[in-house]
Amino acid sequence: MTLLEARSVSYSYIPQQTVLSNVSLTVPDRSVIYLLGHNGCGKTTLLEILSGIRPPQAGTVRLNGHDLYHIPSARRAQRVGLVPQMHLPVFAYTVRDVVMMGRTPHLRLFGTPGTHDRAIVDAAIEQVGLAALCNRPYTELSGGERQLTLIARGLAQQTEVLLLDEPAAHLDPRNQHRVLETVSQLAGQNVSFVISSHNPNSALLYAHHVVVMKAGRIVADGRPAEVLTESVLSAAYEMPVEVIYSEKNAARAIMPRRANGG
Amino acid sequence: MRALSRRLPGARVWIHSERRQAALYLLILLLPLPVAVYCIGLGRYAISPEEVVRALLDFALGRHDASAGPDIAYNLVTRVRLPRIAAAMLIGANLAVTGATFQGIFRNPLVDSNILGVTSGAGFGAALMLLLVGDALEVQVSSFFFGLIAVMLAYFVSRLYHSAPLLVLTLVGILIGSFFSSLTSLLKYVADPLDTLPAITYWLMGGLTDVTLDDIPALAAISLLGMVVLWGVRWRLNVLSMGDNEALALGLNPARLKLLIIVCSTLMTAMAVSVGGVIGWVGLVIPHAARTLVGPDHQRLIPATMALGAVFLLLIDTMSRTLLPAEVPLGVFTGVVGVPLLLVILRVNRTGWR
Repeated sequence: MTLLEARSVSYSYIPQQTVLSNVSLTVPDRSVIYLLGHNGCGKTTLLEILSGIRPPQAGTVRLNGHDLYHIPSARRAQRVGLVPQMHLPVFAYTVRDVVMMGRTPHLRLFGTPGTHDRAIVDAAIEQVGLAALCNRPYTELSGGERQLTLIARGLAQQTEVLLLDEPAAHLDPRNQHRVLETVSQLAGQNVSFVISSHNPNSALLYAHHVVVMKAGRIVADGRPAEVLTESVLSAAYEMPVEVIYSEKNAARAIMPRRANGG
Repeated sequence: MRALSRRLPGARVWIHSERRQAALYLLILLLPLPVAVYCIGLGRYAISPEEVVRALLDFALGRHDASAGPDIAYNLVTRVRLPRIAAAMLIGANLAVTGATFQGIFRNPLVDSNILGVTSGAGFGAALMLLLVGDALEVQVSSFFFGLIAVMLAYFVSRLYHSAPLLVLTLVGILIGSFFSSLTSLLKYVADPLDTLPAITYWLMGGLTDVTLDDIPALAAISLLGMVVLWGVRWRLNVLSMGDNEALALGLNPARLKLLIIVCSTLMTAMAVSVGGVIGWVGLVIPHAARTLVGPDHQRLIPATMALGAVFLLLIDTMSRTLLPAEVPLGVFTGVVGVPLLLVILRVNRTGWR
């Protein structure tokens, strides 16, 4: 069943410089969708539009058939969450404080988090393996730890759709695996994910559906095996790309090809 | 706190338990009460804390027996010192908490409520009335009114520019503040150097000498109303301080929320300036001190800032009326004490913001 749907969405920050043009995307329930594409191809803007914080200049976004931009903001944020790329806040909140912010859409107007929220937050922190750091200031963490904190905040928000903007960019292989395994597990329990990434190999492993973008347009869209081919990826990244098959593991890997054949 | 414990190894053990942090927080919240009782007793005519408490209880419960003859301690406590001390605490709490909220919503630890020109506007309003009329009530009303005008000008002028709303608002606020400062200079230039000029200059340096019991109800009403609202949004201030996009993604309406907070803080600042004149540094120093002690979470920071602001200005005001034979303007002492204090805090609290 379709959960979130963008239809013919366009956006530009400066007139005549289109960032997204006529993009359509369907997010079914219990799915993991990967957005691939070169730097500046519009992945982050598309995620922001899908999250309800950046109204598209043309086209519509619908959540369960309702216009996303007509849903009251707190109700919307209870259902759609956005995990932004890592950033540095001004004040030294602890990891738990930052993750607790994910509970904001569930609080009343002048409310503050209670015992129930604390339990959810502790579980989310546990899920990304940050329990030992939960009282440390967020500003003193490494890039990867900050990223895990924001992912935990997204999990604590308990939405039906979670949009992750390059979640694995600063993570070591073990943490990438941990986060994406959590994603797979939650996708089995009624959460859908849209993940922007620069790693086609991770899409091969975890995606149900892959969308490849180039200069603000969708150039390929389908199941990983159909989309992650040499021709599509080489065209999207404007460089030769090779797909290597390993019969032993029945696995594939995507590698850039060097000009001199190395 | 964590930074403090790193500097002072002995403090580490004490601070790290959550229960002790809670105890420290509670101590900060209760601090204004004993300090107030102590400060009321200080002055030319010293009154013991027991007598102060007795006089305050008599006053609060309305059980003072006027027929028993003149009671100097009672009259001094309730008529002379209580209004002034209440004003110092309310103004201190006001300036400190608005400083903390402005730092939060502007995501800038170096701003306070003066940033939108409210102080300069209010200063101009007061100078104008001192020049034209010279009556205390009109000075107050005019300073309140011009404080609001300055902020509204800053807000609406900044709307004319269509880029980076927060940056433009801050820039325009500084410009509007400078504009009103220039107008105040003009007033000082044309003022009578023997009569009105000293009055304007003295008022601009801040002081609570002329505060009476009649000034308290309006000040208390606006302050308490503002504090309740700012306390109400304490959790949302955390989220707002992460930036607009995140606040939006977490289901808040940052524009509307910020407007509410700015209106509230401006009313509180304008009210404080209209009663006590221009008092600098409280809004900058106290939020930093509070953050060092209770951390950046606004759930504790907001109440702690109010309590510490009240205590700080009360101590400063007590110094200004008891330290030297003649009274020293408040704005002088807040700077003399506040700046070194801020330097120490920044040294202790090296991490936290950059």
